[in-house]
Amino acid sequence: MSDALATEPGVRRDARLDRRRRFGSLFDVKRTGRKGVFLPALDVPAADPAALYGDAHRSEVAGEVEANEVDVVRHFTRLSQLNFAIDTALYSLGSCTMKHNPRINEEIARLAGFNDAHPYAPVHLAQGNLELMWRLEQALKALTGFARVTLQPSAGANGELTGALMIRAAHVKRGNPRKNVLVPDSAHGTNPATAHFAGYDVVELASNAHGTLDLAELASKLNEDVAALMITVPNTLGVFEERILDITKMVHDKGAYVYLDGANFNAFVGKVRPADMGVDVMHMNLHKTFSTPHGGGGPGAGPVGVAPALVPFLPVPTVENDGGVFRLDVDRPDTIGKMRTFYGNFGVLVRALTYIVSYGNRIHEVAENAVLNANYIRRKLEPFYHLKYAAPSYHEVVFDDKKQAAKGLHNIDVAKRLMDYGFHPPTMSFPLIVPGALMIEPTESEPKEELDAFVDAMIAIAKECEDAPEIVHGAPHTTPVRRLDEAGAAREASKVGNFAPVLRAPTVR
Amino acid sequence: MRYIPNSPDERAELLAAVGVSSVDDLFATVPRAVYQRGPLPLPPPSSEIEVRRDFGALAASNASLSDWTSFLGAGLYSHHSPAFVSQLLLRGEFLTAYTPYQPEVSQGTLTAIYEFQTHVSLLTGMDIANASMYEGASAFVEAVLMAERLTKKKTKVVVSQGIHPEYLRCLRTYLANFPFAIVEVPVGADGATDAAALRTAVDDATFAVAVQSPNVFGIVEGWDAVAAAAHAKNALAIGVVSEMFSLAVLQPPGARGVDIACGEAASFGVPPSFGGPLVGFLACRDAFKRQIPGRLAGKTVDADGAPAYCLTLSTREQHIRRERATSNICTNQGLFALAATMTLSALGKQGLRETALQCLAKTEYLKAGVKALRGPFSLAFTGKTFNELALRCGPGVDAVLRRAEEKKILAGVPYARLDPPGSAHRDVLLVAVTERVPRAGLDGLLAVLRSF
Repeated sequence: MSDALATEPGVRRDARLDRRRRFGSLFDVKRTGRKGVFLPALDVPAADPAALYGDAHRSEVAGEVEANEVDVVRHFTRLSQLNFAIDTALYSLGSCTMKHNPRINEEIARLAGFNDAHPYAPVHLAQGNLELMWRLEQALKALTGFARVTLQPSAGANGELTGALMIRAAHVKRGNPRKNVLVPDSAHGTNPATAHFAGYDVVELASNAHGTLDLAELASKLNEDVAALMITVPNTLGVFEERILDITKMVHDKGAYVYLDGANFNAFVGKVRPADMGVDVMHMNLHKTFSTPHGGGGPGAGPVGVAPALVPFLPVPTVENDGGVFRLDVDRPDTIGKMRTFYGNFGVLVRALTYIVSYGNRIHEVAENAVLNANYIRRKLEPFYHLKYAAPSYHEVVFDDKKQAAKGLHNIDVAKRLMDYGFHPPTMSFPLIVPGALMIEPTESEPKEELDAFVDAMIAIAKECEDAPEIVHGAPHTTPVRRLDEAGAAREASKVGNFAPVLRAPTVR
Repeated sequence: MRYIPNSPDERAELLAAVGVSSVDDLFATVPRAVYQRGPLPLPPPSSEIEVRRDFGALAASNASLSDWTSFLGAGLYSHHSPAFVSQLLLRGEFLTAYTPYQPEVSQGTLTAIYEFQTHVSLLTGMDIANASMYEGASAFVEAVLMAERLTKKKTKVVVSQGIHPEYLRCLRTYLANFPFAIVEVPVGADGATDAAALRTAVDDATFAVAVQSPNVFGIVEGWDAVAAAAHAKNALAIGVVSEMFSLAVLQPPGARGVDIACGEAASFGVPPSFGGPLVGFLACRDAFKRQIPGRLAGKTVDADGAPAYCLTLSTREQHIRRERATSNICTNQGLFALAATMTLSALGKQGLRETALQCLAKTEYLKAGVKALRGPFSLAFTGKTFNELALRCGPGVDAVLRRAEEKKILAGVPYARLDPPGSAHRDVLLVAVTERVPRAGLDGLLAVLRSF
C-alpha cells in the first residue's frame, strides 16, 4: 500500500504525523489567565452586574479560550496552511466556479465608507452605498436584460427561494397559485428543495440522450397546474439547451414562468442575455460569475433579476434613484416581504461591481475563455476518461469513472489521488444522471501551462489506475491528513449524548 | 484582460488544439436570434487606478463609523475588532478556498468551523451549534422551521413583538406558503414580553414560542418564562440573541430551559458593511441535532488514526436525496464565521467579560444621564437593559438625529425604520452603546439632548 511512499523524501508518514500533532483545536491546549484583547481603561463608573441582574447574572463563560494574540495568530496561520485554495493551483470543483479572486476587490470592499458603514445610518449619510447598489442593479440589468434586479438574497439558494416566492405571489395575485414546479433530473439539488419550500410539488423531467431537456417529456408534463419550470443553462452537464426559445415559449403558453438557475451564468455572461431567451426570473451567484471570494464556504450573494410581470413582488426595500438622490423604497404593496435583515450582502455587492467595472464591455471574454479552457481539457482527456454525453461542452465537462471502475477504482479514488498531484478534485456528487461523475470546471483564469499540468496529472492517474491501482486506492498520500473516516464521524455524531468531542470541544479539559 | 492570463496567441493555440477556428464555434448551440455578436453596451474596462478613484469617491460620501460617534445598533452592533482579524482573513488559503467537501485539503477551514461551533455552544449554553447561518433573521426562520419538524402536526408559532421587526417580517415572508399561524404577543410597560399574554397565546397547537433577549428595545427578557410557557403545552422554546456580548454577563438561553438558540453573531469581529455579510448562528440541545439545518463539522480520524475534522450529519446539499432536504441553504458564512472565531479566540473568557462590562457600565452611565435630564426625553421602558436603550423623544426622533449630526454624532436608530408600516413607537429612538464610545461621546449625546 502507501507504505512504499513512506521511504520517499518529503512524504515520510511519521513526519507528517508529527506535524499534524502541532495542529488541532485551540481548545485542545490548556492556557490559564491569558487574553488577547486589551481595552482602554473604563472611563465611567463600573456597573455591578450581579446586583443589577440578580439570578439572571452570569459570571463567566466557562470553558472559553484563554489565549494571547501571539497564540491566536499562530494558530490560525497554521490552520490556513492546511487548506487548498485557488491562490495555489487550479481548483477543478465543477459548478462552483473557482476562479481567481482579484485583490483590488478586497481593497475596495475594505474602504471605511463601505466596510464601517451602518445599515441604519440616515439615508442622506449613506448616499454612496445606495448609489453603489443602484449602479450594480443597472449593470446586472444590462448583462441580463431583466426589468429589475433585487440584491437582497444572501446566496444562490436564497435567491432561488426569492424567485420561487415571487412566482407564487404572481400566480396568487392572478387568482391561482398552481401546484407544480417542473425540474429536470440534471438540476442542482437545491432546485427541488426550493420549490418545495415555496409550497410546490416537484415534477421531475427526464433528460434526453443528449443530456438536455426532452421537449416531448416537457409537453406531456406541462399543464395549467404548472407554476414554473426551473431550468439550468448551461445545465449541470455543461450543455446549452439548444431549444431554449421553444422551451420558454411552451412554458409561457401555459401561463407558467421560466426560472433560470443562474449558477452557470459565467458560461454565457456577455454572450446571451437571459431575458432575451424568454427567462422570467434568474438568480446570479455573485461569488461564481463575478468572482467574489468563496471564503471557505460563504458569504455569497444571490441577486435575482425579473421580467416586468414580477417587478411588483420584489422584496423590500428597493433602491430608487430620484435624479441623483438615492432612497430606499419600502412602500411596495405586493412585495413578498423580506428575505433577510437590511439590504443584502453589501460587502459582496461591492466586490462584484468592482469586478464588473474592471471588465466593462469586455466581460464576454470571461465566458469565452471559460468555455475555451473547459473544451481544451475535454479534448485532452477524452481518450482517457469516459464521457457519457457527447454534446458540446460549455464552461465545464462531466467525465465519469466507467473506464476506471473496470479496475475497481472509482471517481473518489481519482479525486483523492489528484490531491497528491497538487490539484483540487472535481465535483463528484452530481449531476445524479452521471454515476461516478468527475465534473471539471477550470474557469477562464487558468493559464495554458496550468491546464496542461492538470491534464498531465489526470492522464498519469488514468495510467496508475491500470498499472498501480493500490497507489490510487490509498490516496491521498501527501496531504496534511489522509482519507477520513467520514462514516464513523456521522455514526458517532448521531449518537445521543455524544456531542462532545464529536461536534464541539468538551467544556472541561 | 486583467484576470485572464492567456494571451491572444495562447488562446489561438488552445482553439487549434480544440479543433475550432474561433470562439464563436464554441457557442454554436446558442440560438442565433439571441447570441450577442459584439460587446454589450457597457463602459470600457476600468484600470485599478480608475477603480480606486471611482469607488473611493463613492465610499467617501458615506458616514463611516470610524469618523463619527455612533450609537447605531438595532440588531447590528459596532464592537472593536482586533487588527489581526482583518489581516488573517486576507490569507488566500482562507479567502480563496471553498466549502470543505474534501477534508484532506480543508483541515484549516474545518477546524475553524469546529471551534466556531464550540464558541457558540459555550456562549448560548447549548450542547451543539451549527457551522453558521446567513444572518440573524434567516437563522430565526430556520429555528422556527426546525421546531416545527421536531413537534409533528402542530400549526402555530407564538412570537414576541420584542423580536426585531425585520426578523418577524422575514418569518412572515418565508412561512407565507406553509399552513402555520404566527401569533404575536406584545411587550408590557417594562418593555419585556407580556408574560400573561404569552401564556394565554400558547396552546396545544403551538409548536414553538420565541422571545429575543435583550429584545429590540434593549430590554432583558427572562428565558425561564418562555421555556415554561412553551413546555406547558409541549412546544419548543426558541431564544433569539442579536447582541452576543450580553451572554458574558447574562444567563444563556441553554441554562434556562430554552431548546433552540439563534440569532446574529456579527458582534464578534464582523464589520457592519452596510448590513452584510453578517454571521447567523443556530444552537440546540443534543436531542434535536438530526433536525439542525446548515452544516456541521465533526471530529473523526484519518486512515492513520490521526484526529481530523469533516462535514457530517448532512441534511441538505447536493449529495442528499433532494426531496429529503430539510432546508435549501447551501453556503454558510464561512469567512465571517472564521472572523468571529478568531475574534472570540482573542477575546477569550476575560475579553468577553471585560467588553460586556464596559458596554454595560457605559449604558448605565447614559441612562443615568437621561434620567437626570429635565427635558422632553425619557426611557420608553422600565426594564433592565444591557447595552441598548429605547429613548422616547418628545421633540421627535428626526429633530434629535439632525441636531446630533451637527456634532458628528449618530444618535441612534428610529424604531420606525425597523418597522415602517404603522409603527406604534414613532417617537422611540434606539440608542446602542459599545466599548468603542468614550465617555466624551456619551457626554456629547447628553449635551445634544440637554439642548432641547
